[in-house]
Amino acid sequence: MTHRWGMAVDLDRCTGCEACVTACRTENNVRIAGPEESAKGRSIAWIRVERYYEGDFPDVRVKFRPVMCQQCDAAPCEPVCPTYASHHSEEGLNAQIYNRCIGTRYCANACPYNVRFFNFGNPVWDRPLDLPLNPDVSVREVGVVEKCTFCTQRISAGKDQAKAEGRELRDGEIKPACVQSCPTSALVFGDLNDPESAVSMLSRSSRGTKLMDDLGTQPKVTYLKKEY
Amino acid sequence: MTLQEEQKINADLLRPLQRTTVWFYLLVAFLGTIVLCGGAAWIYQMWYGIGVAGIRWPIFWAFYITNFVFWIGISHAGTLISAILRLVNATWRRPVTRCAEVITVFALMIGAMFPIIHLGRPWLFFWLIPYPSEREIWPNLRSPLAWDFFAISTYLTGSTLFLYLPTIPDFALLRDQLTGWRKRVYGVLALGWQGTTKQWHRLEAAMQIMAIAIVPVAISVHTIVSFDFSMSPVPMWHSTVFGPYFVAGAIFSGIAGLIIAMAVLRKVLHLEDYLHPVHFENLGKLLLMMTLLWGYFTFIERLTVWYGNSSAEMAVFWETQSGSYSPLFWTMVICNFVIPFPILSIKKLRTITGCVIASSTIVVGMWLERFLIVVPSLGTKFLPYSWGSYRPQPVEILITAATFAAMVLLYALFAKVVPMISIWELKVGGHGRPHMITAAEDEEQRALWRARP
Repeated sequence: MTHRWGMAVDLDRCTGCEACVTACRTENNVRIAGPEESAKGRSIAWIRVERYYEGDFPDVRVKFRPVMCQQCDAAPCEPVCPTYASHHSEEGLNAQIYNRCIGTRYCANACPYNVRFFNFGNPVWDRPLDLPLNPDVSVREVGVVEKCTFCTQRISAGKDQAKAEGRELRDGEIKPACVQSCPTSALVFGDLNDPESAVSMLSRSSRGTKLMDDLGTQPKVTYLKKEY
Repeated sequence: MTLQEEQKINADLLRPLQRTTVWFYLLVAFLGTIVLCGGAAWIYQMWYGIGVAGIRWPIFWAFYITNFVFWIGISHAGTLISAILRLVNATWRRPVTRCAEVITVFALMIGAMFPIIHLGRPWLFFWLIPYPSEREIWPNLRSPLAWDFFAISTYLTGSTLFLYLPTIPDFALLRDQLTGWRKRVYGVLALGWQGTTKQWHRLEAAMQIMAIAIVPVAISVHTIVSFDFSMSPVPMWHSTVFGPYFVAGAIFSGIAGLIIAMAVLRKVLHLEDYLHPVHFENLGKLLLMMTLLWGYFTFIERLTVWYGNSSAEMAVFWETQSGSYSPLFWTMVICNFVIPFPILSIKKLRTITGCVIASSTIVVGMWLERFLIVVPSLGTKFLPYSWGSYRPQPVEILITAATFAAMVLLYALFAKVVPMISIWELKVGGHGRPHMITAAEDEEQRALWRARP
């Protein structure tokens, strides 16, 4: 049985601590832009925590929504790429082949969630930030679009481990960096094809909503609203 | 037509090819400098990455795509107008067709550069071309960008042929008139034209076929350019009106560009005997129709969005109507409708000067229209968290300026090597009434009409 990777995000548990953002940045060699470049819109964050405010001062409530690539089943980014750099993998991920990308940025325009990022310059890491670069993940060149992959390197490592030990993958065995680092376990990752997996059950729960469901992109990330 | 008249046509139209003033060299040097600066800006952008341009997350397309759509639009002047005028056999077309077709070829060349200029890795642009490689990877034929490649290359091939075919007899004339190396070059270009009856028949047949074939190609090209936008779920892009809206806008800006080019040629090359007020009058009427069509399309595009009242689209709608892009939007409306409409609809104002004024504002307005389609939608997409604004950077402005200079430069150089008015076509038939119908003539016509049984 092929896998169909998905994620559930419990908005009631998210405290907006941004540990996921930092972990993702380190795991995936996401380039660091610095304050001036960030102000010019050059920063990249494969996962971001959006803040929304409710009510008027002083009765203000802040709400957090971690947004990463929604790995849509009907992804608008895929058909528009002229070189197949953006394509659908067998396991349902919106894969991006960095070597094949020529930088039309059409996918980034078509993505309604704005979770595709463009390398406006050559990647640089000031010392000592270059030391923890992950050897399992490629460093993206200038002019290439990049995005969240659900830590595809961790997925393949987990599958290889299970194969080497001659067993099936266990639920929760594979953890993307954001999931692993979330202190409140707001993020849950797993196989949607396995009806017993935690992510499957959460995705089917009545609390589950999809971000901009009306666009028909069929995202594989489910947001869980507050439990009353 | 007497021999004398024919010799006058030859002398007048071949004059720019035979005599060059110092002003021409100055113009070429001036424009060439701007073009070289634009080239340097592009190399700078390739060296440091596209981050030197003003595009930013989430506005990934801006000036370059605006220019791309604008220049492809300008290219619709020539071939389409010339083909239609040929097909309906409008005799006044004869002095107009070539300067229109030249616009098409050069505007297309410049327009086709922009998708490459805007690429993140422009040196890999050939991956858009379906060439047989050992990796057996083809372009993604579902992507409108791949369709763009086919549409533009087909249109460029077709319009180059369409320009070349009716030039063959003129090349032959040049071959027979000139001496030295120029004679040899024009001899090659003339393809052994001797003016036999058989050759004339074949030329007529080929031009007829090209004229019929090029019209659907031209319409499809700008429809496909509109698909670059309407195929993606971005607010205000995902619109069914975009196909005809883009084609109408393209013809609109194309005619405006043609009128400006004709007026400049008339003045600079002293073609007053060939480009008459009636040509501007007729093209002005065509432009008036396109003004009305453009106004209608813009209105219904806005109307359906407002009526649909989808929250993401309304954000873009108000951003252009009364928000930060509203100065540009209302300038566009003034340039494309408020100024040209009265000028072109009042007969007294529809003079050469009037037509040129209207065309100049239209060219500006149509460039703004393209910009307003591309940028506000991307800056105001669905998630308010990631809204953004855009400021063009010097690189983008320089490259944009360089393309306008390149257009004028190519046009000026072309006018030095090929007569800008088809000599043999002028000799075939008269070129329409040189002036507008006077009151006396009008009365004469009416009297004739009444006298008929």
